[in-house]
Amino acid sequence: MHCGLPAPAGRRFCCPGCAAAFETIQGLGLGSYYRERVLDPAARAPRPESAERWDLGRCITTAPDGTHAMTLAVDGLQCGACVWLIESALGREPALASGRVNMTTRRLRLTWKGAAGDAERFVGLVERLGYRLVPFDPAALAAAQDRTERQLLRALAVAGFAFANIMLASVGIWAGFVQGMGPATRSLLYWESALIALPAVAYAGRPFFRSAWAALRHGRTNMDVPISVGVLLVTALSLSQVIQGGEHAYFDSACSLLFFLLIGRVLDHRARGQARASAEQLLTLRGGDVAVLQPDGSTLRRAAESVAPGARVLVGMGERIGVDGVLERGETTLDASLVTGESLPAAAAPGTPVFAGTLNLGGAITVRATATGGGTLLAECVRLIEAAETRKGRFVVLADRVARRYAPAVHILASATFLWWWLLRGAPVGQALLTACAVLIITCPCALALAVPAVQVIAASFLFRAGILLKSATALERLAEVDTVVFDKTGTLTEPMPALVASPGPDALHRAATLAAASRHPLARALLAAAGAVPAADCVEEHPGQGLSLATGAGDIRLGSRAFAGDAAAPGSDGPELWLAVPGAAPVRFAFAERLRADAVETVRALRDMGLEVHLASGDRAAAVARVAETLGIDRCQSDCRPADKVALVERLCAEGKKVLMVGDGLNDGPCLAAASVSLSPSTAADISQTVADVVFQGAKLAPVATVLRVARRARAVMRQNLALSFAYNAITLPIAMAGLVTPWLAAVAMSSSSLLVMANSFRARRVR
Amino acid sequence: MTSILYLIGISLCLGAFGLAAFLWSLRSGQYDDMEGAASRILFDDAPAAGPQPTPPRTGTPSAT
Repeated sequence: MHCGLPAPAGRRFCCPGCAAAFETIQGLGLGSYYRERVLDPAARAPRPESAERWDLGRCITTAPDGTHAMTLAVDGLQCGACVWLIESALGREPALASGRVNMTTRRLRLTWKGAAGDAERFVGLVERLGYRLVPFDPAALAAAQDRTERQLLRALAVAGFAFANIMLASVGIWAGFVQGMGPATRSLLYWESALIALPAVAYAGRPFFRSAWAALRHGRTNMDVPISVGVLLVTALSLSQVIQGGEHAYFDSACSLLFFLLIGRVLDHRARGQARASAEQLLTLRGGDVAVLQPDGSTLRRAAESVAPGARVLVGMGERIGVDGVLERGETTLDASLVTGESLPAAAAPGTPVFAGTLNLGGAITVRATATGGGTLLAECVRLIEAAETRKGRFVVLADRVARRYAPAVHILASATFLWWWLLRGAPVGQALLTACAVLIITCPCALALAVPAVQVIAASFLFRAGILLKSATALERLAEVDTVVFDKTGTLTEPMPALVASPGPDALHRAATLAAASRHPLARALLAAAGAVPAADCVEEHPGQGLSLATGAGDIRLGSRAFAGDAAAPGSDGPELWLAVPGAAPVRFAFAERLRADAVETVRALRDMGLEVHLASGDRAAAVARVAETLGIDRCQSDCRPADKVALVERLCAEGKKVLMVGDGLNDGPCLAAASVSLSPSTAADISQTVADVVFQGAKLAPVATVLRVARRARAVMRQNLALSFAYNAITLPIAMAGLVTPWLAAVAMSSSSLLVMANSFRARRVR
Repeated sequence: MTSILYLIGISLCLGAFGLAAFLWSLRSGQYDDMEGAASRILFDDAPAAGPQPTPPRTGTPSAT
């Protein structure tokens, strides 16, 4: 009724949490929410889960006037009705000054006066409605806060205003050449144009001037150098023409140039900002936080980095361990697949060292944090990544490669034109200079500067809608060059959750699922996923580290480990298992194994059809790797890889001149994701891998790997077409300019039409076979 | 001739007004959440504070 998940027959709610949320909403008089909302199957169902107490204090910023503010990531937003529900519910809190949800970035910003501790009440209220909230670290938020985009938009607005108004005057002047406008009127219109253009160029050109100046100071050139030189020269020349009462001024060219270029800049910035914000959101929601045990026995959640060595951390069933440490209390089974790639869980007893990133499959355990900082496995991986990333910084984007040759060529041509007119044709200096400037104007890389970013924006937003986030601006170009793909196995080619492979029968499965529904243990969840919608049995008791039991008249039904519910004499298995013991019957066994992603076979085949060489590198045992490789038809595989071995493999391939795409999810893949020329991670990956990866894809399928490569290749083709188009334009207009025949209207038409043509062509980047 | 002067002045003022309005809307954060703004207008303001009787249901809820 509340969360949209199927409820057991005869009942309105699937769980008490949903019943309470329904009550809360009706109590607030916001029941119309249920009529208005549209549930999004892709989003997390709004099902209230056990509330976690957060260490909110660190995330609250307080202004000098006593106003507190906090920003939280919201998980489970479905549609506009959810925004309305959260805001209306928070509106009932008199202490709250404002609570506003940003639907684009899926963040809730709260500001309030009074006690800072009130935050817990607000957060609790929203969590009772079924949304999950995770506070953002204000330090990280301030760094990400985007001032550049607003600056670019302001510049765009100014350039647009100037462009439109100057064009108004320019059209009049052009018509005047035909109809015979008097020099006084023309001069007036030119003065008006100059009055608008000078401040507009000074303001709207700043992003280009700054970047060009930075490049020149370091002895390099980029696309912004010819743009800046062109704009400044054109403006100065036009001004001198107007002062001398000349016939031609090019203010409209300068402003249209800035306007079109700024459109490209803004689009580029916006698409990348969106991708980055989504990546941050994913990381925050997945939580690098841990539950620190307080002296009074309660727990407080805080970020893993802020945990001091010696602190005791409680790790619940099915939770990931956030720190390196030593197991202090409790016995459990640990799944280190994300850390080492080993797919089999291992038993752990007090005294066993544990590593951050390990999944706790058994009961709740207490871990004493040991080394933080330099000594941890995590830090080791971070070091390897940093070393590998410095090697990757050498990639030069297409636009800059073109700019490096284009900028000198344009300046040489302009100088040659000047010298030719001045020395050989004996033209006056002013006349020769004017012709040289016309060359600069006509070749000013307006379309050229749009050619690459326009395609990037369109391809990136297409991928974004398909659940693929481009985190790096150059990823698309690097992806297009890829000729070798290296896959990790566990969690990348296989699904992140184990799957039921052997079941004693539907009756036993159904019965086991009624118990399993009460637990958050990964195996219980996998069992439930296999059984479909099953009502949870009441009064199921959870025995941490052992299993579940349900008291019935005939005795306990037990579901759990071999020791708890199984037959100790049965032959061992090579995968995780669950046993179901029903009184009066022999225990039966459910076996689990990792399962390939549904479309792994097709995707690998598609990649091979695209002419790519596919490798498999895994930290798992040889037998398991060979089995997967055989199924997928991958003949180049390597097993028992440590992180350094994977890096060595990738580096060997790179040394052979191959462009390597690494697809991986584990902590152990981090260094090698960084070493590859471009890297992909599923959104279920370890935090560190997602941070390193250039591209993050969502969903249970592997198909995005092939999609992203196709789009990248298509985008590269369109970029090249665009470059060819704008070069063709320049090739036609350049001789006209060098012959001294360019008039302002010709320059304006050439510039605008080439820009529009390039933009229109860019939309074809979306069309992927 | 003087009419042109007036017209130029008027057109510039109108343009400048538009520019100022845009800059103001940008500064006040109206472009920060385009998606939310699009769906926000579809919902009525929240009813007045305090519990209220459940409105009578006219149709079946969108989800069970």
